[in-house]
Amino acid sequence: MLSQKYMRPVSNPNTSLNNKTGSWRVYKPETDYKTCIGCSLCAKFCPDACIEMKAQKDYENKLKPVTDYDYCKGCGLCAKECPVKAIKMVKDF
Amino acid sequence: MKNNNKRQLLEGSRAIALTVKAIRPAVVSAYPITPQTHIVEDLAKFKSDGQESYEYVRAESEFAAASIVLGASATGSRTYSATSSQGLLLMAEVIYNISGMRLPVVMTVANRAVSAPINIWNDHSDIMGMRDAGAILLFAETHQEAIDQHVLAYKIAESLSLPVFVNVDGFILTHSYEACEIPETKVIKKFLPDYKAKKGEFLDPKNPITMGMFAGPQYYFGFRKALQDDLLASAKLIEKEYANWKKIFVTGKKDALVKIDNGLMEYYGPKNPKIVLVTLGSVAGTIKQVIDDAGSKNSVGLLKLRCYRPFPAEQIKKALKGVKQVITIEKAYGLGYLSPLHLDLAAALYGEKIKLASQVVGLGGQDVTETEISKIIKAYEKF
Repeated sequence: MLSQKYMRPVSNPNTSLNNKTGSWRVYKPETDYKTCIGCSLCAKFCPDACIEMKAQKDYENKLKPVTDYDYCKGCGLCAKECPVKAIKMVKDF
Repeated sequence: MKNNNKRQLLEGSRAIALTVKAIRPAVVSAYPITPQTHIVEDLAKFKSDGQESYEYVRAESEFAAASIVLGASATGSRTYSATSSQGLLLMAEVIYNISGMRLPVVMTVANRAVSAPINIWNDHSDIMGMRDAGAILLFAETHQEAIDQHVLAYKIAESLSLPVFVNVDGFILTHSYEACEIPETKVIKKFLPDYKAKKGEFLDPKNPITMGMFAGPQYYFGFRKALQDDLLASAKLIEKEYANWKKIFVTGKKDALVKIDNGLMEYYGPKNPKIVLVTLGSVAGTIKQVIDDAGSKNSVGLLKLRCYRPFPAEQIKKALKGVKQVITIEKAYGLGYLSPLHLDLAAALYGEKIKLASQVVGLGGQDVTETEISKIIKAYEKF
């Protein structure tokens, strides 16, 4: 008798792995590794914690930010905080 | 089943408190507001006297009280709260969450007018504001009906995972004395077994879940539709379970004038009435007196709705077949348009050859007397 499938708005742990919030994005951050000084401010400010500093072979193994576009909602905080303006927000559609 | 509790003269609030005590909730939380106060005062006293072992959580507001029972219910416990008027309105946001999360919270609403101007007396303006919040709404005419409806409320709430609010007219029921019978815990248990939430449907550290989680456009609609479908379908279960309960717990004899008597409604009056008054709550008792006084010449009937949400439209249509004039007697305005009950009835009877009239009575505790009811009937009799 009861509507089984949608009855309870309950979710199990780790459903955020399926619910990729990157689809909300209008602007996408693009980082120019040549300008980037690897200060990691962008990673610290990212409210979704989706920027990770990783060593880049092409840049003498220096740490550079890698954005996870599955979860980046395009808020633009990283671009705003970048001290050398290495991050540009570009239209993502 | 034999009930060892004797028939006793009780204040309405105390009758409700004793019934809730017998139902044995695990958590009670409320914020005192007139005219609901005596109910939770009694429940607090039962606890402080060591008669009961439920958690009585004091809250700093109705918003908190509703949130406390929401949280307690989410952990799989049976809960209880009560409120009135402004308190109910302060709970509004939480009530939508309770129904959205499908939690079987049962609450008594001692109906009272809403501000402004401030007024502590009875009408139905408070609950009509919460009409669309997703809770099942029952209305009681007498103390005994309120007692029965509280037991029924838990049964329905726990079977369907939906909140149920029992509406009792403030002061008229909560502060008046009437002879009534409280069912014993063992009688109640036969109808309403101990509540046990199913695995994966309550907060449990061993099976972690998120309740009321984020749902985007692709899912939200589905949940709301399920809530609507389940509410509409609940009318059948309310009818069935009421009959089951009345088989277990018999109080008094059935009046010959009662032609329809189920969980959704009661019809009182002659077989082929010319005029039928449709109403909610305690004013039904006054109308019954008017019908009784008219004696054998009477051609007026009363349809008292015990369940207002879900609105039993089909059953009402069937009950009013062949009636010429229907008058809704209700204690609330639908500000800006027609009164709620009148509007619902107009939709239910659309296309039928029945004249409809609406009468708003007794706002802010104004007495609704037999004379007033007679006047209303006379005004429509000549048509």
